[in-house]
Amino acid sequence: MEHVISVLVENKFGVLAHIAGMFSGRGFNIDSLAVGETEDPSVSRMTIVVHGDDRVVEQILKQLNRQVNVIKAVDLSQETHIERELVLLKIATTAKNRREVIEIADIFRSKVVDVQHGSLTIEAVGSGAKIAALIDLLKPYGILELARTGRIAVARG
Amino acid sequence: MKASGAQIIAHLLERHGITYVPGIPGGANLPLYDAVKASKIRHILARHEQGGGFIAQGMARTTGRTAVCFATSGPGATNLLTAIADAKLDSIPLVAITGQVPRAMIGTDAFQEIDTYGLTIPITKHNYLVRDAAELLEVIPEAFRIAGSGRPGPVVVDVPKDVQNQVVEFDKWPDPLPLATPPRPSAEEIRRAEELISKAQRPVILIGAGVVSADAGDFVIQLAERIDAPIASTLLGLGAVPSSHPRMLGMMGMHGAPSTNYIIHEADLVIALGMRFDDRATGKASEFCPNAAIIHVDLDRCELGKIKRPTLAVEADVKEFLGELLQHLSPGPRPEWRERTDELRAEFPLLMPGSDDACQPYGCVLQTANLLDEAPVVVTDVGQHQMWVAQAFPFSFPRQLLTSGGLGTMGFGLPAAIGAALARPDKTVVLFSGDGSLLMNIQEMATAAELGVNVKVILMNNAHLGLVRQQQELFYGARFHASRFEFEPDFVAIARGFGWNACNLGQATDPVEMLATALSQPGPTFVNVPIPRTVNVLPMVPPGAPNIEMIGGHSHVCQNA
Repeated sequence: MEHVISVLVENKFGVLAHIAGMFSGRGFNIDSLAVGETEDPSVSRMTIVVHGDDRVVEQILKQLNRQVNVIKAVDLSQETHIERELVLLKIATTAKNRREVIEIADIFRSKVVDVQHGSLTIEAVGSGAKIAALIDLLKPYGILELARTGRIAVARG
Repeated sequence: MKASGAQIIAHLLERHGITYVPGIPGGANLPLYDAVKASKIRHILARHEQGGGFIAQGMARTTGRTAVCFATSGPGATNLLTAIADAKLDSIPLVAITGQVPRAMIGTDAFQEIDTYGLTIPITKHNYLVRDAAELLEVIPEAFRIAGSGRPGPVVVDVPKDVQNQVVEFDKWPDPLPLATPPRPSAEEIRRAEELISKAQRPVILIGAGVVSADAGDFVIQLAERIDAPIASTLLGLGAVPSSHPRMLGMMGMHGAPSTNYIIHEADLVIALGMRFDDRATGKASEFCPNAAIIHVDLDRCELGKIKRPTLAVEADVKEFLGELLQHLSPGPRPEWRERTDELRAEFPLLMPGSDDACQPYGCVLQTANLLDEAPVVVTDVGQHQMWVAQAFPFSFPRQLLTSGGLGTMGFGLPAAIGAALARPDKTVVLFSGDGSLLMNIQEMATAAELGVNVKVILMNNAHLGLVRQQQELFYGARFHASRFEFEPDFVAIARGFGWNACNLGQATDPVEMLATALSQPGPTFVNVPIPRTVNVLPMVPPGAPNIEMIGGHSHVCQNA
């Protein structure tokens, strides 16, 4: 099962290496990882998406909370939360099918941010499921490049 | 106030009560050595950084207090890694201070530059790269607090050379920080523990290193007597409860007495105190104590549920937990269970053939114990001799046994014994070693000779990597490979060359008398004990098998002796 783990850490030298090292050293896989400052510049938030059963996730949370530079690690999947990911998709297009691709982008409320003769770049924002659906629909046109931020999330309320 | 980074370190080490620091100087930590020369700290010059790390561990393991070691950058730091990793796995409080190339040269592949910070992330409790001398005023006290708080562990402080030289002004010296208060058990947890105990008919108490570090042995004995339960120990829990206690079963697991593993298998309640269900202790974890409810008490919440799902998990200091529990727990005699455990112990004991012959493994351990009037500090290396000592030595006090349990580091013994002798000058320190292990840090014989420490090395010499040979015999169709030493060094001559007293029991007309003489000599003394070359440590649970499937468990005779 997928879990979205939110980790508040001290914004200090080497913290990312400590967190990433804990995952690799203990054999846990990271699906995505996004890091940035919070409202308090001395604190960063890491959003880590992992797959695993409850026991694995429990162990991940315990190991994270044991780290000296971790302020708090929680599993957001256990509560209602909002999650978003930003994706840039460069799609191969021709004069003929460009219109179609733009229509798909529109349906997903995503933006066309660059157009060239042979390609078109879409910026899409959404939850994991929405992004997956968009990628699936655009695949047949030819995805030339794909860049994603990894998911970020906060608890509701 | 004005001081250089190096002076700040030296002064703060003094403020933290550090009297000895083992280590080796080099280009990148010379400012620190200069500052320490002017302090009250006595530096112990090791002959290899790993030796220095294990000397510090010997001090920390003997006293329970955080010890410090020094190494220079690059190879100094990489040589130290094994000792740091060893401290991590056995939860030993250690602060390692390493020199680093000057800040401006970091990342340029400078001479003797290595990413000590990156290398030590997975093997420390925490680590620092100090980027300004003023930071040391926070980092050093924090390093001690982290190393010593909760479940202890090693901390690395990497200090670039120019930071050591950087002079900073500050208002006052920081005081040592208080250690974190251990979590206390809740009233509900105590109530549930009581309930599980009162329902149990066949309780067993398992103790580990957490009982030693919490100094909770007396409470464990009270619990055992109150609820009429036997006690089994992991390798690192040995000594917390005296071996002579009638309910003490000794070591559990891979080389435990058959009866000990059978008793745990029959338990309907396991009270696991400060132990982490290590595979050497549990065998195949899913078949360990299959019919038992589990109360697991540990300071480190990561251990709760990591290997075995406990019925009741208590994140607490073992001593606090037992103190609370004993206030509430009413006596529960369990005569049938006691009878059953006595029966199993009588039927499936640990047999110790050759126990009166000082040139046989068990005899060597037991005769040494007999000959000493006062209980010594016992240090081991890693291998067969380590298991024979764990099985046979009559332990009588906590922190008596110093052994590399988690990492299983050959070469641990000699430097750890030197550290123990420095920390406990009132005690004799006996190191049982093997000919494979001793060679891995034999250079520290020079350090011991220089210090004149009261270390007695008993070398169980079988000219083999004995435990490897044993596994090849038992699990690899006796296809022996790389486990026999074809060249056998003259260890007695080597020891003498290092300035030690040395003797060879193999040439004695009365080995026990020679051993007695050796043990009564002052200063470092070496005893070569040629033991039979192909004796196995029995019983043995094959790696990955359940603990009740022991080789040599039923008809326990030393077939290969």
